[in-house]
Amino acid sequence: MIPTKEEIQRTLEQRHTKTVQDKLSAAKAAVCGLGGLGSAIAIALARTGIGQLHLIDFDRVDLANLNRQQYAVCDLDRPKPEALRDEILRFSPYCKIRTDFVKLTEENIPSLLSEDEYICEAFDAAEEKAMLTNCILEKLPGKYLVGASGMAGYGDSNSIQTRKILSTYYLCGDGRSEICSEYGLMAPRVMICAAHQANTVIGLILGKEN
Amino acid sequence: MVKINGEEVQAAGKILIEYLQECNYPLKRIAVECNGLIVPKSQYGIKVLCDGDKIEIVSFVGGG
Repeated sequence: MIPTKEEIQRTLEQRHTKTVQDKLSAAKAAVCGLGGLGSAIAIALARTGIGQLHLIDFDRVDLANLNRQQYAVCDLDRPKPEALRDEILRFSPYCKIRTDFVKLTEENIPSLLSEDEYICEAFDAAEEKAMLTNCILEKLPGKYLVGASGMAGYGDSNSIQTRKILSTYYLCGDGRSEICSEYGLMAPRVMICAAHQANTVIGLILGKEN
Repeated sequence: MVKINGEEVQAAGKILIEYLQECNYPLKRIAVECNGLIVPKSQYGIKVLCDGDKIEIVSFVGGG
């Protein structure tokens, strides 16, 4: 039997305290790109009890994603936003989730992300990361942006760090480990970086910057 | 002197895009902030680096 909304809320309040949980429940966060970073960020935020999540990706789940992305074989070929929504609803059945199966561009970013207070950049391609970052910082001032750069391979865990670049922009990663033929993305380091991003968002919501 | 990514550089008087090109920054893979504010892409060819400016150039690498 599925627990009631009140039971789940009460349990979160017991874990986090009511003051903290009220802030988390009122927060709206967008995750742009639902690959290794984005799928793990969204799950971490949902488990923490974020009130509203906005999941955005233009891609479908592929077999090559399963080494690091939070999907299952039954999700193959499904649009990532809806596959991830269904996964989140299995453990957080009352989380409000908006999905957009669309490619973000300079043209549609301002309107698509207008409602979201906290935005996670979780794209794969460097040029797309730069495009989203520049677009949000230029056209959506006041939004908090938490991005990522450099998390490939299996090397040093502790070189992945969170840096405050601007008052509203944080960047996680080691800044240099790029995806290339002999140095691909692996689940642990991608998840470390995703956890940095999710933790930064939680800190911003609760008013404790890193 | 201009402080760029934490280092003092003799670049005062240069246009931002000149500096970026001299240093071979990939223009489509960067974001630039100056004194705590983002520099819009449209300003790269106009923004003159001034003595005392604090610049941060973020170069993105792929993976996510």
